[in-house]
Amino acid sequence: MKAKFLIPLILFVILVGFLAVGLNRDPQEIPSPLIGKQAPAFEVPQLVDPQKTFSPESMKGKPWILNVWASWCVACRDEHPVLVELAKLQVAPIIGLDYKDKRDDAIAMLARQGNPYLLSAFDANGRVGIDYGVYGVPETYVIDKSGVIRFKHIGPITMELLRNKIIPLLDQLK
Amino acid sequence: MLRKTIQSLLLSFVLLCSVSVSAKDAAPLADDPVIEQRLIVISEEMRCLVCQNESLAGSRSDLANDLRREIRILITEGKTDEQIRNFMVERYGDFVLYRPPVKPITWLLWIGPFVILLAGIISLMVYLRRRNQAVPSTTLSEADNRRIDALLQDAKSSSTEK
Repeated sequence: MKAKFLIPLILFVILVGFLAVGLNRDPQEIPSPLIGKQAPAFEVPQLVDPQKTFSPESMKGKPWILNVWASWCVACRDEHPVLVELAKLQVAPIIGLDYKDKRDDAIAMLARQGNPYLLSAFDANGRVGIDYGVYGVPETYVIDKSGVIRFKHIGPITMELLRNKIIPLLDQLK
Repeated sequence: MLRKTIQSLLLSFVLLCSVSVSAKDAAPLADDPVIEQRLIVISEEMRCLVCQNESLAGSRSDLANDLRREIRILITEGKTDEQIRNFMVERYGDFVLYRPPVKPITWLLWIGPFVILLAGIISLMVYLRRRNQAVPSTTLSEADNRRIDALLQDAKSSSTEK
């Protein structure tokens, strides 16, 4: 045991390793228990036409994207151009879930920044958001043909994330 | 006559007051103290997801308000604490619970400190035993004893001289 003096050093290096991994993690990113599970059912009025309702049931048969947004959310405004780009690519329909918003404000935002959504569901009191485990808008879900949540992203999506994760996943789900 | 009028006036005034007071007290269902008590007990054990260093009971974030509202509804629906906890865990994962449940993935978390403690105790015992063995007990010879006596004597006489 000549190298006995190395033991504290090795232990220290292990500790630093753990700290390095731990400190580089984003504490806001909590793994969702919903991945691999059926997307919770709901039926709420649509944003633009309150007479019509939206239910995830109607999207069965093709993969789609659910994007939780609100006009009061600054990060959503930053994210919006990325969604507009994604809509242009037409890889999958994007459904918006307008979370705890005022109808007029939301419609005004879509008029100002463009509307990437096939339609937006209007979650007035945030009840749908709770079922989807939403805790920080914007949040984005990828849901497959059979209605299973395959991917969730918390915070604004970026072009990089689209290219590297979301679009390949959608191609794979087709 | 006048006294009676005053009396009746006073009475009606008091009655009116009590009516308005009770109208004020007719609080919404949510303020039922029994429900509120249970809500506090449950939500103190849960983490607010927006302000992660706050409990769900203490947080004033919008989401915490909504979640407390949901828990109130679940309580009035007669759900058990267990069912309410499951409701939260299904949506936000074990992360909402301040006490992580004991299951294979958290075994290390629960048992780890005790394993480390045990390892510490064992290595300390081994170390102490080895150290005891490393220092051999020596028996003093006659010559050693004489030398000790002489040294002690010397020390005594030098201290009394001073």
